[in-house]
Amino acid sequence: MEVLAESLALSAVLFTIGVVGVLTRRNAIIIFMCVELMLNAVNLVFIAFSRYYGAAGQVFVVFVMTVAAAEAAVGLAIIISIFRHRQTVNLQNINLLKG
Amino acid sequence: MLLQIAAEAHPLAGTVADWMWLLPILPLLGFVINGSLALAAAVKLGPADPGNHQGAEGAEAAETAETAEMAHTESAGAHGDDHHPVKRHKYAGIVSIIGPLVLGLSFLLAFAIFQQMRSLPDMEAPFIQNYFSWMPAGDLQIDASFQLDQLSMVMVLIITGVGALIHLFSVGYMRDDPGYPRYFAYLNLFVFFMLVLVLGSNYPVLFVGWEGVGLCSYLLIGFWFSEKANADAGKKAFIVNRIGDFGFLVAMFLLFDNFGKLDFAGVNEAVTALPIGTALVTAICLFMFLGCAGKSAQIPLYVWLPDAMAGPTPVSALIHAATMVTAGVYLIARSNLLFALSPVASLTVALVGAVTAIFAATIGLKQWDIKKVLAYSTVSQLGYMFVGVGVGAYTAGVFHLMTHAFFKALLFLGSGSVIYALHAAYHRTHNHDDAQDMRNMGGLKQFLPITCILMWVATLAIAGIPPLSGFFSKDEILGAAYMHAGHSTLADASLFGISGSTILYLVWVLGVASALLTAIYMTRMMIYTFHGPNRTGEAERPHLTEAPWVMTGPLVILAVLSAVGGWFNLPAIIPLGPPGILEHWLHPVVGRAEAIAAGPAVETVHSVTTELWLIGLAVTVAILGMAYAAFRLKPEGLVPKAQSPEERGFERVLANKYFVDEGYDRVIVNPTYQISRNVLWRGIDAGLIDGLLVNGSSALARAFGWVGSKVQTGAVGTYAWVLVGGVLAVLGAVTLR
Repeated sequence: MEVLAESLALSAVLFTIGVVGVLTRRNAIIIFMCVELMLNAVNLVFIAFSRYYGAAGQVFVVFVMTVAAAEAAVGLAIIISIFRHRQTVNLQNINLLKG
Repeated sequence: MLLQIAAEAHPLAGTVADWMWLLPILPLLGFVINGSLALAAAVKLGPADPGNHQGAEGAEAAETAETAEMAHTESAGAHGDDHHPVKRHKYAGIVSIIGPLVLGLSFLLAFAIFQQMRSLPDMEAPFIQNYFSWMPAGDLQIDASFQLDQLSMVMVLIITGVGALIHLFSVGYMRDDPGYPRYFAYLNLFVFFMLVLVLGSNYPVLFVGWEGVGLCSYLLIGFWFSEKANADAGKKAFIVNRIGDFGFLVAMFLLFDNFGKLDFAGVNEAVTALPIGTALVTAICLFMFLGCAGKSAQIPLYVWLPDAMAGPTPVSALIHAATMVTAGVYLIARSNLLFALSPVASLTVALVGAVTAIFAATIGLKQWDIKKVLAYSTVSQLGYMFVGVGVGAYTAGVFHLMTHAFFKALLFLGSGSVIYALHAAYHRTHNHDDAQDMRNMGGLKQFLPITCILMWVATLAIAGIPPLSGFFSKDEILGAAYMHAGHSTLADASLFGISGSTILYLVWVLGVASALLTAIYMTRMMIYTFHGPNRTGEAERPHLTEAPWVMTGPLVILAVLSAVGGWFNLPAIIPLGPPGILEHWLHPVVGRAEAIAAGPAVETVHSVTTELWLIGLAVTVAILGMAYAAFRLKPEGLVPKAQSPEERGFERVLANKYFVDEGYDRVIVNPTYQISRNVLWRGIDAGLIDGLLVNGSSALARAFGWVGSKVQTGAVGTYAWVLVGGVLAVLGAVTLR
């Protein structure tokens, strides 16, 4: 069963949802989850294409998941640390880099 | 010493003339030694400027220094010669020996070389010594080389001879000056540069000397620099001379551009083939004359010379009367062939000289400062010299240069002796009157009898009373102007559409008129200074004494020279001795040019009668002038300067020097100042460069930075939007391409 087009469409929808989430949401945790969503949308594309171009795509997925796991660890740690400092994870209130 | 004899075949080679490089080196050595002593003293004791008498060891010295300091602050407005601290410089002894000694040695060497030259039967070519290649740049080959010929020999003898006498005089005059070694260092350096000027064998070497003497003139005019007026006078001299130097430089550029040569021999060779009156040679000569007008104080650049009297009086005698200011005359005499080939330039020189002569003479009529009278007299006499070289009588010009060096140096040193006496008297009585104003003098004959007699000799000489030197030289110049007006190459040419003949007659009339004025103002000066009642004041009178012999001695020698200087070039018509010695002597240098200027020889109507008539006229004019001054002037009616009324009418115009300085201020100095201030400084420098370019570019950078900093909101959302926008833009650009 050829489901490439559908897979890609689904991936695009997921990715767009992730992007929109990153752009519109204020909560750091939700933005973080949207980033994960975008990564998984990409993973889906890799998987879909690996059917035609060999197992390299699947290897990439493993790498992406590894990095995502590491990123989750670091990212969540940072978010917790920010929360401890400022009692909030709302990104609108976190703008120390303002020029 | 890198010494190569260039002209092996020259008759002077292998004789004492081989040592001619020593002529300028001796004064240079004096400069180095005296300058080091001045510096050594300054390093130990602090700067030896006239206002500073610190560093005097011992309590009694400190006390005298204090009184001198008081005198200083009180006499701030008085004249430059009012500086006499009490304590001698610690190195004064050795400096008094070295300063005049190097000049004396230089003079002896010059005299030995002169004797050697005289023993040669006929020396046509100059003796050139080539030391090293100074500026080898492509086609431009300039050697550092000296040239000795009859003209430079005369100049060297005048410079070292008169210079040595003036150095000797200075030993007395500057005796107590705190800047004593510095003074002699400058004076030695001046003589060095002056000798380079007259010995240089090409225009650039001459120019080095030319600029060097300008520098020393500046240093010595502003010698008492702690008074602003003196420092300003130095700057004025320097700046006015730069205008002239511009002309000289352009003349050199033109010479090199067109002839490819800058040495005298090469240029003379190159122009030989040219016809008379080419535009190129005229341009070169006129630019060169601009340089001469600056250095020799001719209209319109004469204004610096009267102000230059701010320097010590021996400096005025040496630099601003006898030697440096005659450099312009020397330059024209040196470039005689060029000027002879350009009648227009020659007529300009003669006309400017004549106008300057009468202009300065009229100003001299109403000056009260004894040195100012002599300064304007110098300007006037320099005008005479330019008439001489302008009408093509180069020998006459150089002859007057020589006699003028004698009698004007004598006059200046005499006035120095008067000022010295008056100043010493004022110093004793703590009076702060002007020691140079003739209204404060009068009747000095009984106090300074030797100076009075000697200055009368010089006065008679400059007025043109036979048989003193000035009579012969002046008569020769006027005679040449008159003769050439009748028939010569110059008379056939024209300037501004006026025939050369008319101009030369005008020059002659102006010359005779200035001779009359010269006799009047000189007699006036003598009467006001030495005759009539004494106006110095009761307290000062017993302190007036003759200067020491170290000062009067040089005066005596100069007086003898002023009296007999005419014998160096007697006219054939006066049978007092061998005629035309100088003319014969200078013939190898200027003979060809004089022949060109005079034009083809024809049997002229000017006969012995004309010549006698001219001489008679000159004598009559001189006697008339002196008699007029003697009978009209009433020294009894004079009152000291402080009580003198203001002059009125034309007298006021003359006393204020025709308001030329004020005019220059208004027409040149002020506009330049205003333009510099408002346009160049406020507009260009502060506005354009500082404002727009420097501050503008920094403001631009800051504006960009401000915009950039505003982009950094610090909110992650914004960055994310920008990032997505960027990605979309890149993707869009790639896919929609």
